[in-house]
Amino acid sequence: MSTTAINHYVDKFQHLQKELENDPLQQQRLSAIEGLQKTGFPTTRQENWKYTDVRPIAGKTYVDSNRIPEKFTAELLDSLRLHELDCHELVFINGRYSAEHSRLQALPDGVVIQDLASALNNHQQLIAEYISDFTTAEDNGFTALNTAFIRDGAFIWLPANAVIEKPINLLYLSGLNDQPFASHPRNLIILSENSQATIIESYIGLDEESDYFTNTISEVCLQENAQLQHYKIQQENMKSYHIGNLRIAQAANSRIESHSISLGALLARNDIHSRLEGEGAEIMLNGLYMAIGRQHVDNHTRVDHLKPHTRSHEIYRGVLNDHARGVFNGKVIVHKDAQKTDAVQSNANLLLSDNAEVDTKPELEIYADDVKCAHGATVGQLDQDMLFYLRSRSIDENTAKSLLTYAFADEVIRQIRLDPIRKRLEYLVIGRLPEADLIREFAA
Amino acid sequence: MLTIKNLHVTVDGKKILKGLNLDVHAGEVHAIMGPNGSGKSTLANVLAGRDGYEVTEGSITYKNKNLVEMAPEVRACEGIFLAFQYPVEIPGVNNIYMLKAAMNAIRAWRGEPPLDAVEFLNLVKDKVKLVKLKEELLNRSVNEGFSGGEKKRNEIFQMAVLEPALAILDETDSGLDIDALKIVADGVNSLRHHDRAIIIITHYQRLLNFIVPDQVHVLSDGKIIKSGHRELALQLEEKGYEWVKQEAAAA
Repeated sequence: MSTTAINHYVDKFQHLQKELENDPLQQQRLSAIEGLQKTGFPTTRQENWKYTDVRPIAGKTYVDSNRIPEKFTAELLDSLRLHELDCHELVFINGRYSAEHSRLQALPDGVVIQDLASALNNHQQLIAEYISDFTTAEDNGFTALNTAFIRDGAFIWLPANAVIEKPINLLYLSGLNDQPFASHPRNLIILSENSQATIIESYIGLDEESDYFTNTISEVCLQENAQLQHYKIQQENMKSYHIGNLRIAQAANSRIESHSISLGALLARNDIHSRLEGEGAEIMLNGLYMAIGRQHVDNHTRVDHLKPHTRSHEIYRGVLNDHARGVFNGKVIVHKDAQKTDAVQSNANLLLSDNAEVDTKPELEIYADDVKCAHGATVGQLDQDMLFYLRSRSIDENTAKSLLTYAFADEVIRQIRLDPIRKRLEYLVIGRLPEADLIREFAA
Repeated sequence: MLTIKNLHVTVDGKKILKGLNLDVHAGEVHAIMGPNGSGKSTLANVLAGRDGYEVTEGSITYKNKNLVEMAPEVRACEGIFLAFQYPVEIPGVNNIYMLKAAMNAIRAWRGEPPLDAVEFLNLVKDKVKLVKLKEELLNRSVNEGFSGGEKKRNEIFQMAVLEPALAILDETDSGLDIDALKIVADGVNSLRHHDRAIIIITHYQRLLNFIVPDQVHVLSDGKIIKSGHRELALQLEEKGYEWVKQEAAAA
């Protein structure tokens, strides 16, 4: 057990307590740090963490990050911005909000887009009402750690009927640090009745050398008929660790499209859990994970259908090369009141090397009797007939393999409606394949 | 152009071709006929270079080079084209981009500059009429959602664009109705050229009513047991394969 690390965090917590005055989240923090001391970090003996060994994270004592690393420049930020995307942008550097680099455009009346630290002063009550202490059984040391150290993140609140046309980009940049550091971003997103927004969470490594740990939580509350397009794009550097949790509560007729693209980090774990709490609530889960070298990527999704006429539609695809390891676990629970549930789930994996590995486990638990549910998982290699067909048309083996790999991943990417994001992802995905320049023509 | 000598081929440890000889010259159309299981499709696949077809004995010489050692894409660049019996669907790979990549790979191999987009599209528009393929199919994924006939016509269309030196048609006629058969035959006939050889592999002589071959060969149990002209195909239709086998056995 990683008691050293936990003592380290408890110690840091005591310092933090002294720093914070009139802390509106004191109760949540206290129960979280108690929870962390009690449960510690998850181990592979726990079913939910069976294939993902977090000892490299749990065994390390990460420091806090500096406000802005000296080597950080405006040019570097400029090179990472997605200029084609006209958006509201909050920039976080090593977990800390940077007002200087952020830019917010005019917003409809009553809409709040703010860094969480400011919002904790301005919107105390709202935050205290919605933020969770993450103390249920399925929670773990990481959610507790995040909650105990809530400091920065985004607070997004839409009043009833508000529609934000431009996407909101939360840009989390990490790196350029000498010592291993951790950040615990916390985003709170509340969409009131009939409101609509598009939110992107981007996690990007600033360099290839820094050792860091991003431990992020986003809580989303969708009230009746609210609609959210949510993107998470994980491009941390290849030496880092990323643990991310997206928790969604959905009222009647609300709809979320969740797109999760996981490309970076030495070890990445992405959890998404949605509760469909009102009739007619709907979630689409669209995911792609690609891993090379010795990367480990784990995606856990869970949807609770609690009310009738709720729908979930999930497609996750994985591409594993070299010695990479993938994990997929998708759980759909249809509770006994949730008649007429419509749930579809599929997970397909492409193994490009003999040493790559994936563990996939779709799970369906159904306690209602009038439902439509389907699920399936596949693990395979590139189709030899397709490969031969392309080669017989004079396309060399590497290009043909890349083309087929891209076509496989593109099934997920093409679902993305936001053009600049889709194009950027196509660019990133192709960039990871051999003969990238040739393949780009196909995606044009 | 193509010389096959004493070719023995094993697939999954099973001997399929057992001493096949064949000589094909530029400008000729050869038909290879034979009962099911005689090795016709094996011959097509081994010429195109599919994995798992092991040449255990004999040789294949194409344009004075050893074909057996060439990768499939090199064969294609050197002018070999296989029209597949069962063209595979490739979701997510655009038909027209694949063809453009194929075209430019061949041109690069010959040291020619790539065709620009306009030149290529003009070529495509020209050739697509030849096989009466709906233009909207071109922008779909390769063969995805195509009918059986459309898949076969797409093969001939690709062949027309790529202009191979040696085209191998593997049971292109199977599953085609008479109208589609005529379209395919017209497409193939328009490609007959003194620089080009065509090998038509077929079970029935029906296609040969429309594409008249220079030579007809009967393949049985992994060997060519009789060769002749157009009339041989008609005899086979009338009398079946048994008499050829008996004749060969007696010889």
